[in-house]
Amino acid sequence: MTKRRIFGLETEYGITFTHRGQRRLTPDEVSRYLFRNVVTWGRSSNVFLENGARLYLDVGSHPEYATPECDSIYDVVAHDRAGEAILDRLAFAAEERLQQEGVKGTVYLLKNNTDSAGNSYGCHENYLTRRSDDGSRHASVLIPFLVTRQIFTGAGRLVPSARGTQFTISQRAEHIWESISSATTRSRPIINTRDEPHADAELYRRLHVIVGDSNMSEYSTFLKIGSTACMLRMLEDPKWDLRDLTLENPIRAIREISHDTTCRRRVSLQSGREMSALDIQREYLSSALRYAEERGFPEEEQRALLMWEHCVSTIENDPMKLERLVDWVTKLSLIDAYKTKNALSMNDAKLQLIDLQYHDIRRDRGLFYRLARHEQVESVVAETDILNAMSVPPQTTRARLRGAFISAAKAKKRDYTVDWVHLKLNDQAQRTVLCKDPFKSRDERVERLIESL
Amino acid sequence: MAERIQRKSNSSVESSEVATESLSSDSDTGQRLRAELDDLLDEIDEVLETNAEEFVRAYVQKGGE
Repeated sequence: MTKRRIFGLETEYGITFTHRGQRRLTPDEVSRYLFRNVVTWGRSSNVFLENGARLYLDVGSHPEYATPECDSIYDVVAHDRAGEAILDRLAFAAEERLQQEGVKGTVYLLKNNTDSAGNSYGCHENYLTRRSDDGSRHASVLIPFLVTRQIFTGAGRLVPSARGTQFTISQRAEHIWESISSATTRSRPIINTRDEPHADAELYRRLHVIVGDSNMSEYSTFLKIGSTACMLRMLEDPKWDLRDLTLENPIRAIREISHDTTCRRRVSLQSGREMSALDIQREYLSSALRYAEERGFPEEEQRALLMWEHCVSTIENDPMKLERLVDWVTKLSLIDAYKTKNALSMNDAKLQLIDLQYHDIRRDRGLFYRLARHEQVESVVAETDILNAMSVPPQTTRARLRGAFISAAKAKKRDYTVDWVHLKLNDQAQRTVLCKDPFKSRDERVERLIESL
Repeated sequence: MAERIQRKSNSSVESSEVATESLSSDSDTGQRLRAELDDLLDEIDEVLETNAEEFVRAYVQKGGE
């Protein structure tokens, strides 16, 4: 039961620069300003930081932050928040520089997954699994879980259409076209099968889930990763049976579920039965609760299980009661309250603006953070842990080695190259240490490399 | 340090769970939070972009991942 797992989150941000509502620079242009300090620091717009994380300018000019390898769910949530804070500092610096150059305006970094023209960008979850487990079976059993978990992990979105504006549970649902495949941009799947474990490939695989929404709520992030970790633990237990709830058409189901804020609309299973997202989650949750009783989950997964149970039970009663915990409910409550107070129609552009600005990561401006300031949402991680994670890597994974090497090389002004598994000193000897075990946080070879600097 | 974080995580998650449960039972807290929400609704226009339609229309990115 002590079996640890490595988790990681990769988040792509939307970016815009406006002055009095007018867009003044393209995302490409703002991103270049945003990454100017990064390039000065690391001579590239694709760097690893002293906290072990990766920061880069991704496909389509999206700033992207990948958390370091974490072996605790709490740490992933803290490091995801740390990524926001690091990017926000860059946005602040970019704004100042633009101002100095006479370009007035505001940089917005939005932690959401869709723009006004129907483009999408992602929040990818990574779970380390064993090579010896049957990965393809896992993936197919996980699909119905991943399609339906949006009822407590969705970030919510207003979708304007000819028939009027509708509120949907998930940002990503409309942008997912396959169950399992190796594509990401061409045709986004629920699970991406790209086999890059960033670890000993004979031992490990990396489950790459790309269907999820980016969450502002720490509770939603914790629960998203924690409930998926519970599912994986049951799947990896050869003596544990999970019922086959294969959906007849997962891609149709994910949209239908997203369009139903009651969470009770039934979708078709391959068996011919019909179940709602709530029914399906109740089924998996019941299995997990039995698992907890008979085999037991590690402490953090047990905590996620209680949150999972709280959400499913609350949705059975009234989903809107999750307004302090789950993003889509928090956002919908805010939109409803603002709409009522100002007597607006559901089609009013102000409401769509609220939908976007909910995801603004600037602490004194973003609407999620305004809600937090007014005690309308719950937090999960302590502020000091977020601050700490901005510069300190997780101490119990390989990220510790990477962070220590980068800090030391920076301090000694040495030229180096790193990626997820390599630490390389660019001197005449070209010394390189290969770190294939993501669980290993102490390594004599790395210590010697650092001492030699 | 891992241990320290672990401990923080316990207290912090539990307290948030406790907080949610006690909210509905504690009407004073409920009232205070409703007042907080009213304050938020009063100040929200300060942070909303002035030209909503234009901001929303111009929020166009390229596809990612």
